[in-house]
Amino acid sequence: MSTFEPVLLANIGKEKSFTREVYESAGGYTALRKVLKEMQPADVIEVVKDSKLRGRGGAGFPCGLKWTFLPKDHPGPIYFCLNADESEPGTFNNRILMEDDPHQVLEGLIISCFATRATTAYIYLRVEYPLCFERLQAAIDECYEAGYLGQKILGKDFSLDIYLHSGAAAYICGEETGLIESLEGKRAWPRIKPPFPAIEGVFRKPTVVNNVETVACVPHIINRGVPWFLSIGVPADPDNPRDAGSYGPKLYCLSGHVNKPGCYEAPLGITTRQLIDDFGGGVWKGRKAKAAIPGGISMGLLTEEEFDLPLDFAGPGKADCLGLGTAAVVVLDETVSMIDFLHNSCRFFDHESCGQCTPCREGTAWSVQMLERIRAGKGRLKDLELLLEIGDTIGIIPGTTICGLSDGAAWPIKNAIRKFRSEFEEYIKRTNATGYMETEPVEALPIAAHGH
Amino acid sequence: MGIVIVDGQEIEIADDERLNAIQVARRAGVDVPHYCWHPGLTVVASCRMCLVETGTRDAESGEIKMVPKLVPGCQTPATDGSVFVTNSEKVRHSRAFVEEGLLIDHPIDCPICDKAGECHLQDYHFEHGQDARRADIRPFTSRRRDVGPTVTLFVDRCVMCSRCVRFTREVSGTSELMVIDRGAREEIDVFDGFPLDNKLSGNVVDLCPVGALGDKDFLYKQRVWFMKSHDGVCAGCSAGCSVVVDENQDKVYRLRPRENMAVNKWWMCDDGRYGFHHVHDEARLVELERRAAAGYESIEWSQVPAALEIELSSAGRLAGLISPHLTVEEAYLLAQLLRKFDEEALLALGPVPVQGEDEHYPGDFTIRAEKCPNRRGVEEVLRHFNGGATSLDDVLSQVESGAVGGVWLTGGYREPSLDEGIAQRLTAAKVVVVQDMFTSPVWERAHFRLPGVAFAERSGSYVNCAGHLQSFSWAVRPPTGARVEGSLYWQMLEQPGMYNPRSVLAEIAGTIPAFDAAAGEIPSTGVALEAPAMSPTA
Ligand SMILES: Cc1cc2nc3c(=O)[nH]c(=O)nc-3n(C[C@H](O)[C@H](O)[C@H](O)COP(=O)(O)O)c2cc1C
Ligand code: SF4
Repeated sequence: MSTFEPVLLANIGKEKSFTREVYESAGGYTALRKVLKEMQPADVIEVVKDSKLRGRGGAGFPCGLKWTFLPKDHPGPIYFCLNADESEPGTFNNRILMEDDPHQVLEGLIISCFATRATTAYIYLRVEYPLCFERLQAAIDECYEAGYLGQKILGKDFSLDIYLHSGAAAYICGEETGLIESLEGKRAWPRIKPPFPAIEGVFRKPTVVNNVETVACVPHIINRGVPWFLSIGVPADPDNPRDAGSYGPKLYCLSGHVNKPGCYEAPLGITTRQLIDDFGGGVWKGRKAKAAIPGGISMGLLTEEEFDLPLDFAGPGKADCLGLGTAAVVVLDETVSMIDFLHNSCRFFDHESCGQCTPCREGTAWSVQMLERIRAGKGRLKDLELLLEIGDTIGIIPGTTICGLSDGAAWPIKNAIRKFRSEFEEYIKRTNATGYMETEPVEALPIAAHGH
Repeated sequence: MGIVIVDGQEIEIADDERLNAIQVARRAGVDVPHYCWHPGLTVVASCRMCLVETGTRDAESGEIKMVPKLVPGCQTPATDGSVFVTNSEKVRHSRAFVEEGLLIDHPIDCPICDKAGECHLQDYHFEHGQDARRADIRPFTSRRRDVGPTVTLFVDRCVMCSRCVRFTREVSGTSELMVIDRGAREEIDVFDGFPLDNKLSGNVVDLCPVGALGDKDFLYKQRVWFMKSHDGVCAGCSAGCSVVVDENQDKVYRLRPRENMAVNKWWMCDDGRYGFHHVHDEARLVELERRAAAGYESIEWSQVPAALEIELSSAGRLAGLISPHLTVEEAYLLAQLLRKFDEEALLALGPVPVQGEDEHYPGDFTIRAEKCPNRRGVEEVLRHFNGGATSLDDVLSQVESGAVGGVWLTGGYREPSLDEGIAQRLTAAKVVVVQDMFTSPVWERAHFRLPGVAFAERSGSYVNCAGHLQSFSWAVRPPTGARVEGSLYWQMLEQPGMYNPRSVLAEIAGTIPAFDAAAGEIPSTGVALEAPAMSPTA
């Protein structure tokens, strides 16, 4: 740990870190120059593949592999969509990068476009990030001035334009095909796959979608080399052929009941406990932790006993969480009611479900109705079974929905109730002493208005 | 050729067939329930009612490997070696879960819903749903939203299949309908000032698998289970869309498109759909009359054949104006009848109503400008009798010159086409016989006024603008007093028994080469008449 030197956050904290001048003073754009001078697109893909870089947007898909899915010798345009919609609750690492070091993001994006032969890139930016917009636009302008963007970049036969696109203010716009639809000016209703974006994406053309942090890793891999990247993180489990390993530095977003919330860079595989103690200054107010969200709310819940699992791509799954997600760790101290936690989680997914798929649309709405009733002292033990049935039924993993939003809705339900079942049961019995055994349908509460 | 396994049954598919799991299951006699999928619209795979288990059978080892997750049948192609399981516990649970979800906020107002009896939500619930409600009980809302002149939306009954939205985007190309809001608060709506107002609008009601979209023309007129459905052909234009005529006790309540890939696919236009009300118009002609010394006198149908025979035999040269609303069989019989009285009787096609231009829609659907169903059929018959050389104008000129003494005109037009211009040119005729539904200047001056029938009352065949012949039977009986045109010809030609268009068509197929393809059994979707003699379509 002590030997780990942050690279993604290296510039952050410097005066005017967001300017090209400051970025270049610390070696910025040398990777781009090197790539354009010495490498062919296929070489860059090879390097990224060898680095085993996995997507930082949530799914952890191997980045180099994704790039190879693009059709070979495609005659028309290839588009690159930079997913900067960052709307997973608890997640703000993309924001830090875009606000304070936009050139790092742009350098990564330009190299990634070169590798994938994309000639147009769209940055799909969460609309609630006005400062990112401002800083990115200024940085893009600086890049055009410096010849890093536009026609014949650095005199080479490579041209690229980057457009900054304000998002439509919905969680679902971050799902890659929802993003594509939204970018096309439509409702962000995720598309059915196949075809995958690499074959038919934005404007029905081959498209790469990558997260901001994913591309930000690329210049460092070019500069420091594959062995450097592979020296950080957790190697693949030799006994698990499906584990692709978790290499490289990662930005962890720590929030919730800790003394020092923030965005911290650490090697993939740091544990929740290390994160809380070494970076977060411990749980706040001298309290004990009860649980933590490992990587954005959709990943589920770790109990305090599970805090020693590594936060790599495989770790949270070992505790029945959905995965590492965005590595946004939200700490819940001992005073937090799991009923309130779950209610809040269900409220979010009910609000954000795009509404296409019946199981997601109705499951998320039904779950929040039940939780509202439970919190109002009218819960039944049976509700826990119904909630678990919803949790076990909705999602792309069981195959009942189009996109992963509903898996994200399901996991908090499954983890919270299965890991804290006695708390739920006690709450229900205590608050509904006469009705908790009821099994017949009961009167619903009036529909509450939902805000953001 | 390939083999697909559906619930253990082996089903053959041809190499060039592109079927999804729903379609291939249907071939195995297995119904995979679905809401959002429709063969005429893009696949969205969102309702999730058609989830099935799938896998592949290894061609060599015969070993079957199943995919662990459920897949939407609509989105999953059936190819050689595909395996589908539609009846497992997992599939049953997911269907029940979807049904349960759809009913959480549904008003369950079937007793007052027009769709009851032909509602997928209802049917699927009985077959696949939970037997008890588990969700909380809420006071239901039943909001109605006016989305356009023809269609009304019962907001809370909607299952968000988005078929109607896709229809207006992909088939009518008008895009009026849209989804507003998100998640469980989603609703179908239109923009302010842009109602659902296009000539294909009524199709969204047929597409709606539940009772959300109601047809204002049909709303609350009939419970669907009281009606009988008859295969018919729309007479509104020369596209000749295959339709279903829904009727109860000789009253037509509704026309719906009937799937016919060679003609109208799954659609029909609103002009045709709502263009049946004239059938029950109070102004329908039902009084049978002949001209008398002063005014007109009533006669009986039983007196008509003899009276006509006397008048026509002594009228000199005869002419017939055969309406493009008559069936092929009627045209043939009328031509025969006139030639019986006068071997050189002139035969011509009656007026062909044309309105504007053909209207093409993005979903490969065209409303034809020619507002009659059988111009081509009548033309082919006439070509057989006289080479098709005689025109309406020829006939009228010869009446004016006194060369023709007796004229038999047929109508069936929705808007009067036997107009003043024609009537005036007929003044010299000794005998004018008219069969029609509505009065007209010609009717006013006819010697014989014979009330005829409307399309839903006829049996026989029409040939559409593309040369596609469809046969159909009557759906309702004509009002008392009116008589099917063909049955009069049949009687006067001294044919045995009841008028039988089937036997007439068989005779036509054996006599007129253009109708070769109509020999034998005619499928409900009709046959293409592939005669080189057919005139090219406009
Ligand atoms: C509901 C939902 C929301 C998502 N939101 C984001 C997001 O805000 N940002 C992001 O990068 N990826 C998001 N993703 C993941 C993307 O679909 C996609 O996997 C990712 O952008 C790919 O980039 P990567 O391979 O670089 O991680 C979301 C996925 C789902 C299902
Ligand atoms: S799973 Fe939910 S969010 Fe995703 S497409 Fe379906 S309804 Fe929309």
